[in-house]
Amino acid sequence: MADLGRQRARQGPLNALPVAIFLLIGFAAPLLGVIIFSFMPERTFSLWQAPGLGNYATIFTGTSYLSLLWSLGLAAVTVCLLAVICYPIAYGLARVFGRWSTLLTLLFTIPLFVSENVRLYGWILFFIKNGVMLGTLKSLFGIEMESWLFTEGMIVLGMVYVYLPFMLFPMTLGVSMVPQETRDAAFDLGASKWQVFREVDLPLAMPGIMIGFLLSFVLAVGALVEAKVLGGQRVIPIVHDIELAFTYAQNWPLGSAMAVLLMVVVATFVLLVLRRFDLDTILGRR
Amino acid sequence: MSPAERAQRWRSALLWAWALAVVVFMYLPALSLLLASSTSSRYFIFPITKWGFDWWQKTFNSIEIHILFKTSVSIALIVTVIAVTIAFFGALAFARYEWKGRSIYQKIVLLPIFFPQSVLGLALLLWFNTIGLELSWKSAVFAHLVWIVPVVTLVISIQVYSFDPALEEAAYDLGASRWQVLKEVTLPVLFPGLFSGALFAFLLSWGNFPLSLFTTGADTTVPEYLYSKMVAGYTPGVPVLGTVSTMIAAVLFLGGYGIIVLRRRARS
Repeated sequence: MADLGRQRARQGPLNALPVAIFLLIGFAAPLLGVIIFSFMPERTFSLWQAPGLGNYATIFTGTSYLSLLWSLGLAAVTVCLLAVICYPIAYGLARVFGRWSTLLTLLFTIPLFVSENVRLYGWILFFIKNGVMLGTLKSLFGIEMESWLFTEGMIVLGMVYVYLPFMLFPMTLGVSMVPQETRDAAFDLGASKWQVFREVDLPLAMPGIMIGFLLSFVLAVGALVEAKVLGGQRVIPIVHDIELAFTYAQNWPLGSAMAVLLMVVVATFVLLVLRRFDLDTILGRR
Repeated sequence: MSPAERAQRWRSALLWAWALAVVVFMYLPALSLLLASSTSSRYFIFPITKWGFDWWQKTFNSIEIHILFKTSVSIALIVTVIAVTIAFFGALAFARYEWKGRSIYQKIVLLPIFFPQSVLGLALLLWFNTIGLELSWKSAVFAHLVWIVPVVTLVISIQVYSFDPALEEAAYDLGASRWQVLKEVTLPVLFPGLFSGALFAFLLSWGNFPLSLFTTGADTTVPEYLYSKMVAGYTPGVPVLGTVSTMIAAVLFLGGYGIIVLRRRARS
């Protein structure tokens, strides 16, 4: 029997092995490569040179740090808007829509399987002069307006659109974790709606809400196509700078240094949030 | 009707209105693509004066497009098979067994999902270059897997969480071998999870652009092709192909979900 127990204790690591090995080769090693590359001298393509901090100095003397600030700013605005847009829907999916919830969830999922650039191109066709919106306004009401394309607001719209499911689904999971009995009890004890929202709903749904904030924020900081397609390159987010350094400028070490900076920012957020939550409770272990 | 009830009604009506408005918002781009694809003229001017499906026909007859579809589907199929196999074991370690490193393992699995995909694509480009791997659709399979294996692990894990380990124990007690338990108990019970995992793997690979962009080398997937056409100036082929890939995703996803529901009904 002791033998069986020992065997069972080995099952976990044994089953984790394929994923672990794969992520070691496919995720950890490339990232390590990027980190090493970021310390190499400018415009080199080999890993075996004397390391230095020159690339990091270039970031802060140039304009790249502005790109990082733009990315962080746009992501922050996106996340705030998403929180307001998604909470009522998450609440509805968890408590009000009943059996329709499944259908709505499926409808919110499908766009995830179409590549971002195609969907954003759809927005261009919608907003462009003589497009779906302006063309309709012109022919039906005779209103002629300037197109809203290629503005900062459009980039935010694109980001809200693309990252909405990443806020909505964790949030719904969180809201459905609030037991109805607890809410009823609070109401019975004379709590107002606002009090129940602030003292019961929000704190108990917090794990899901925080995961939603984290996921959409982190993905939005790494956004690229929104600014390229809808923003007409008025704003250069950090990932665009990274891509330019890797492709057009052929300066891999500088691109790597910017990527490392982005990774540090992202990792800080992820670790700060994930440390506080137990994944088992969020994902529904009984 | 009491005032409280009326307030309740109003509230759910508002919630419904809001949710439906957001659904419409989510599908406006797809609708625009569909409209732009159904015109016979070379340029898109709304309202459409000459409706027609000429561009659909042109797109379907193009050999270039056939090759694109073949590349995209091959990548997605191989990704699906490998991802589900690795992620099945990964999910057991994630959700089923108690072991010392589990909490850290769970967080490591999540990391690639939280990682900006374009940067991941570039990092992989650099890595393939360092180890001297030639870029083709095969390297793109690897790149897709780095992101999709964690997602599928998570999807299957959710099913594993609701799996009662006592079922396996009972089978062992009745004298079943390890292989029999896997085949007769574990796999059938976890089937819905594996199936949704496969569905997600295929569809996420099918729709992926940022990873493919840097790792396919000379081969081209459908999203990559669409992007190159998009930046090169307007052609109605883009809305056609965009609509087609949206429809394929929708049909596969809803169809796959339908199968799960039917199977669940047949069992109960």
